[in-house]
Parts: sequence; structure tokens; C-alpha cells
Amino acid sequence: MIDVQTFNTLGEATQAVSSGGRYYGGGTLVMRAINYCAEDGLDRVVRVLDPSLKEIRMDGNRLVLGAGITMSELIKNRDAEFLSNVARAVGGPAIRSAATIGGNLFAPHPYGDFATALLALDAQVITADGSQQALDVFLTSRDHFSGIVKAVSLVVPDRGAFRFKKVSRVKPKGVSVMSIAAHLPQSAGRISNAKIAFGAMGPTPVLANAAARALEGASLDEATADRAGAELKNDLRPHDDPIATAWYRLEVAPIHLKRLLLEGGQ
Amino acid sequence: MSKKPVQFTHNGSAKALFVNGGENLLEMLRRGVGDLSPKYGCGQGTCGSCTVIIDGEPHLSCLTLAETVEGRDIQTTGGLGAGENLHPLQKEFMEGFAAQCGFCSPGMLMAAKSLLDRNPNPTRDEVIEAISGNMCRCTGYNAIIEAILRAASQLQGRAV
Repeated sequence: MIDVQTFNTLGEATQAVSSGGRYYGGGTLVMRAINYCAEDGLDRVVRVLDPSLKEIRMDGNRLVLGAGITMSELIKNRDAEFLSNVARAVGGPAIRSAATIGGNLFAPHPYGDFATALLALDAQVITADGSQQALDVFLTSRDHFSGIVKAVSLVVPDRGAFRFKKVSRVKPKGVSVMSIAAHLPQSAGRISNAKIAFGAMGPTPVLANAAARALEGASLDEATADRAGAELKNDLRPHDDPIATAWYRLEVAPIHLKRLLLEGGQ
Repeated sequence: MSKKPVQFTHNGSAKALFVNGGENLLEMLRRGVGDLSPKYGCGQGTCGSCTVIIDGEPHLSCLTLAETVEGRDIQTTGGLGAGENLHPLQKEFMEGFAAQCGFCSPGMLMAAKSLLDRNPNPTRDEVIEAISGNMCRCTGYNAIIEAILRAASQLQGRAV
């Protein structure tokens, strides 16, 4: 039997997690581990009912999304409309009723499509102790994180500047061969400060910095997209898995990036 | 680590029982309530055969911690209809050969009911999206999609 501890505040829950409890957000990761007895020492689960985990609000120019917001809840929210297609790409409707923004930051390969989008949008991770960390830094050490993610924050992109595409073999829903997110701010028709992120192309979602640099100061045309695609071999280190081989993923990544850049996302 | 009391509504009836720590909703429904309609398939959120409706939203009962349904409303296929009084979805699944081995049917039916409850007149694409988290290894899906569309028409009072 597993000890399920339920707290009203993030502070109490954080203490319980830091002393070895496993945090229960939406359940899609923890319950799988429980059902399969997949984790040694998983004998204590920590829940928290703090309403701040469900908040969606503006803080200055940044949109703050509570970590406990489910994909279904996000799809219904107009302030986060630019992320609704990303949320729809996560699982089927029943998964989206449970899967949370915070949980997606910890979803193992090849999952984590939502985190990929957040990465391209330069999101910050806000933890329950009040500290903030860039998402790309957070992802590199997420396996050792022993607190609770309270929220993520990001600047809302200009209309049309954010694109997302999930590539899978099974339609309409399948596990990602890869997901690609691109934030492409433009100034006078030229791309400035682009960010490109890939999911399922490494142990965690990763930024494709060399590809993004290839877009800098350019207009979005075929030659620019080809240059960015050619840089992906320097950015991505995928592994073989049952969905696709690393070789296949690397071969098709430039094609899917080019389509995203020239044709737009989902 | 004691058992915990949980009160909820199950197919319109108030229920109160004790659950073990870490027990999932599917176990609670099958062993505690005795409702064998939701099925255990994969236990990891891939197959959808354990889909139930909680407060109007489809959920995977195998990935739901039982005690989190305190005070909530749960619908399962067991409450859809029985005998002569089948729900239009059940009738159309039966008449349209949308069930072969039948293992996926309870999850498919609840995914479909959740869709029709909030969108009584769905498009084919919306039906496909609604059951996209539910796997069927027998039918090839087309019979299921057609059955859901026909049930929607019946519920709307349109000719099928």
C-alpha cells in the first residue's frame, strides 16, 4: 500500500517532496509507475490542493500558467489560445483531462511535446520556493529536481510568430517521431531572435541553436529554411527507439523544419 | 497507511467506500463498486479501455488516483443502458458491428458519450479526434466511427 499525503499548501507539500515523497500532479506519470511497480522506493505520494497551481494570469508582460493546469483546461482558455494546438497534440481527450503543464516538463522521451513548445517560447520555470530558472537549464537537471514546479511564465508571442508541428506515424494521434516548435519574431520582414526547439530528438526537449542562428536577419524563404535545416546535425542527438531510428529522425528533421518554416504549423 | 473513505456518485447513485493508498479508480470501480464495465488494458494510458467520464470529461480510470474522485460524478458504460433499454450508442455499436472482441467497447462508448454530451452534432473528424486515445485491434475503427455518427443522428432525432 502507498501512503498518499494530501496538503493544502505548496509549502507543506514541498517539504514532503523534499523528504522523498513523489509528487502527484495529474497522475499520468505517477500512476503508471504505481501500476507497474516501476520505481523502487515509490511508497509515498504527495498531493496538493493549492489553487495557485490552476492560475492563469499576466505578470507584467509575461503570461503565467499554473503547473496544475491540464491540457483540457488550457484549450478552453482564451489567454493561452496560441498554445491550444500544442495542448491538443498531447494524447487523446482522456489523457488531456489529466495531463498537466507541470507534468509535461518531466515527461520522458518521446513525450513532452508541450515542453518543446515552452522551450521555443523561452519559458521560465517557477518553483514552489519562489525561484525561477530558464526551461532549457531546468530540463538538463530535471531528473534531480526534488521540489514542486508551481508555474511557467512566458512572453506571449506576436500573432503568427509561433509555430508548432508534431510528426507522428499514427493519425490523428500517435507518439512523436519528433515535435518542432519555432518562435520567429520578425522586424521589417527579417527574423530576429528566433528560437527553435525539438521534442523526441534527445533525452529531453532541446533547443536547436545553430538552426536558429541560421535564420537570424534573414527572410523566411526556401534558401533560409535549407540553411537552418543543414545546421540540425549540429543541434540534435536523437536515439533509436521503437518509433524511429536516430538515423531516420536526423534525415527527416530538416524536411519537417522546412515545412514548418515555409508552410506554418498545425 | 490506512484506508481512506471516498464518497462519489456512480452512474447516478451515491457511493461511499474505503480505498487503499495508491489504488487507482479502475480498481475501485471493479473491486469496490463491482462495476466490471471499465476494462484494464495497458495500465499506462495508451489503450483507453478504462475510459470513464468524471464530471463530464473523459478520464482514464487506471491513471486516476481513486481518492481524487471525492465528491465527483462518475459515469461508466455500466450506467449507459441495459437489456431492452440500450443507449443509442450501444444500439449502433451492436447493429453496426462496431464491437468484435468487445474489449475496447466500454472505453470507446464513454469517449463517444463524452463527445456527444458536449457536441451533439459532431463531424466525422471530431469523432475521430474524440476516440483518438482509444485503441481497437479488431474493427479498423470505421465501423466505430460510423456507429457514433449514427447514434448522434438518432439522439438529434434525425433519420439514420
